[in-house]
Amino acid sequence: MSAVLIFMAVLALGAGWWLSRQGLLAKPWLQVDAAGTLAQSAEPRQPAQVGLGVFLAVVGSLFALLISAYVLRAEMTDWQAVPLPFIVWPNTLCLIVASLALEWARAGATRGNLGHARAGAIVASVAALAFLAGQLAAWRMLAGGGYFVNSGPAVSFFYLMTAAHGLHVIGGMFALARTFERIWRSDGTQRIRLSVELAATYWLFMLFVWVILLLVLSGWAGEFLSICGQILSGSGLT
Amino acid sequence: MADIPHEASASAPPAEIEEMELPHAHGWWSTYVFSQDAKVIAVQYAATALAIGAVALVLSWLIRLQLGFPGAVAFIDAERYYQFITMHGMIMVVYLLTALFLGGFGNYLIPLMIGARDMVFPYANMLSFWVYLLAVLVLVASFFVPGGPTGAGWTLYPPQAILSNTPGQQFGIVLMLVSLILFIAGFTMGGLNYTVTVLQARTRGMTLMRMPLTVWGIFVATIMALLAFPALFVAAVMMLFDKLLGTSFFMPTLVEFGEQLSYGGGSPILFQHLFWFFGHPEVYIVALPAFGIVSDLISTHARRNIFGYRMMVWAIVIIGALSFIVWAHHMYVSGMHPYFGFFFATTTLIIAVPTAIKVYNWVLTLWRGDIHFTPPMLFALGFIVTFVNGGLSGLFLGNVVVDVPLSDTMFVVAHFHMVMGVAPILVIFGAIYHWYPKVTGRMLDDAMAKFHFWVTFLGAYLIFFPMHYLGLMGAPRRYFESSDILLMPESAHALNAFISIVAFIVGFAQIVFVFNLIWSRKHGKEAGGNPWRATTLEWQTPETPPGHGNWGKDLPVVYRWAYDYSVPGAAEDFIPQNQPATVTRETPA
Repeated sequence: MSAVLIFMAVLALGAGWWLSRQGLLAKPWLQVDAAGTLAQSAEPRQPAQVGLGVFLAVVGSLFALLISAYVLRAEMTDWQAVPLPFIVWPNTLCLIVASLALEWARAGATRGNLGHARAGAIVASVAALAFLAGQLAAWRMLAGGGYFVNSGPAVSFFYLMTAAHGLHVIGGMFALARTFERIWRSDGTQRIRLSVELAATYWLFMLFVWVILLLVLSGWAGEFLSICGQILSGSGLT
Repeated sequence: MADIPHEASASAPPAEIEEMELPHAHGWWSTYVFSQDAKVIAVQYAATALAIGAVALVLSWLIRLQLGFPGAVAFIDAERYYQFITMHGMIMVVYLLTALFLGGFGNYLIPLMIGARDMVFPYANMLSFWVYLLAVLVLVASFFVPGGPTGAGWTLYPPQAILSNTPGQQFGIVLMLVSLILFIAGFTMGGLNYTVTVLQARTRGMTLMRMPLTVWGIFVATIMALLAFPALFVAAVMMLFDKLLGTSFFMPTLVEFGEQLSYGGGSPILFQHLFWFFGHPEVYIVALPAFGIVSDLISTHARRNIFGYRMMVWAIVIIGALSFIVWAHHMYVSGMHPYFGFFFATTTLIIAVPTAIKVYNWVLTLWRGDIHFTPPMLFALGFIVTFVNGGLSGLFLGNVVVDVPLSDTMFVVAHFHMVMGVAPILVIFGAIYHWYPKVTGRMLDDAMAKFHFWVTFLGAYLIFFPMHYLGLMGAPRRYFESSDILLMPESAHALNAFISIVAFIVGFAQIVFVFNLIWSRKHGKEAGGNPWRATTLEWQTPETPPGHGNWGKDLPVVYRWAYDYSVPGAAEDFIPQNQPATVTRETPA
């Protein structure tokens, strides 16, 4: 369960840092005034931004748990890794393109350039569809090689994790569709900006999750950690 | 002594937070059914949770019928018995307690107590309830499918949960898992609302350290639930894969009736880790809102400021964080490295420290207070005593060497029923007696409430105290039939019969409570806006019950913390949070 504990520790550090700025040492029984004990932050965040942040923490927890389960299982002696279909690498490229396009759209929307925002969103959608199609192709390749969902723990985990990630990407497509709707209807610039920003953040997170999943599924993360372990034990630290 | 308004802060600057657009209702359906008003959603959540809780109560009668009078009712066979205990446990923990504390009290109290107009995402909030209702319906449906609901025990441990000899193996377990997945999806929508509302929609002057402890408890519990429920989600999805797609996440190589199954290579222990990574925080997801609510009930009904407010907040946060690193104390008998056992025993016992701080602070709040024995206060006192009793037996079970012999005995059943069954339920009752006047504008009947309290409180002790003795004697839990067990003397069976009779009485006494809820809605005494003379914002609304948007034209402004009771020199023994500052001057004699 180390992966999820690391994830929780990071969240706890973040929460602790945030809480430390909330006047937890204040003595509220002594302070009677309208402003309270805390200055308002200069640039208040939108509820939707905070909501997305909390939601991503929940999604992060979900994937950290999946990875934890994977690691717990992979540590057993009878573990047999499954070869990754090569198409996952071009797929990764698609997801990177989608994320970059949305970053570009975000920059455009911030400057008030709706044309850029629109173009970025279109490129992102196409790249995201290509990613999803590529993931389906990866499943077909595995199945073609005789690796079905019930062929063994490693391959079951591959299907499960890619499915979980794919479903979140599909969820992101709906968010993108909403962004499109706002751009097309020419909603207020503020709303479009917020919408593009939320979509960009979500897609960046999906890319981040995918890269971590890829590192875990390809076994690189495990190799990296074992090398770290060797270095530490070699230097006499453990 | 005279109160003179403080010039500088008497006129508050206008609110800085943006006014939110409220989706107003346009007719009966959108007012009472598909409502986006958190208060209506709260009542919907609470009513659904109490209704499904009543089903679980009836199931507990059936369990007690078998335990007290084995074989007296032919209808209860071993299969059904396991189905009853499974459904009783799961319904009570997830569908009643979690839903009622967070979906019910969270929805009603968060916006009102922090001075918001509503939750920040009203549509998602409405959806949250409807998905929860769907989850409940799927769960109930499992009673009516061939084979009935699952009988795997509320922990649903594989491999037995999906093996062919477990009741409900065919459809029951699938519906249970689907229902849990729906519940978690629905909760996440609600949970995002509760968290972001506390973070973003507090009215001017309502700093975090001025929030009532109720809001703190619900807030931290919600964050914990958001992070812990994914573990159950992952476990449920993986088990569904095992059941429906033939994967082997949790299923080892198995021979059943001389036949080798197609499973192989899975790890049942993996499920236990995932389940308890959710399961232990779940205890505090239920307990933290109860802690918060009790703090407010005690302070209000003892007319004293809460003792050690900051400590109370810190303790809530620390308990929330610690509860994520104790899960394996549920798995001592599953086998683990001795150092892990040591680690988890230590973290488990450390939680006792912030918890004890809270108990001391409640007692010190009561100390020399002006204690009014109103129904909410009675239930709050009942909670403190019960929580301490349940917590003390937890110290036994937290130690590996003591836990191993006590594991799977009635001692464990007694422990968790005291600490997370009876104790939170007492808080729920107390809270309903406390806030019902705000929800309906009428008081609940006092005599019925006191009768309800004494029967429930004393009855709970008569039920669960003897169970500790049964457990120490070695009486196993989950056994359908114990009359042949040699270690159990005749007197133990008599004790079982006694426990069952009390359980029937306590169960029936709840009818008084339900009757009170319905009767007082029309015939209760008019409550007025603030019947308990409380300080928190929900009692300062312009209308009772509060209208959509809660506050009329202007949001309230908060000038002080939530516990200004019996302030020396003040005109009254409470000062509402939205009352501007006053300076107290000595008047010349």
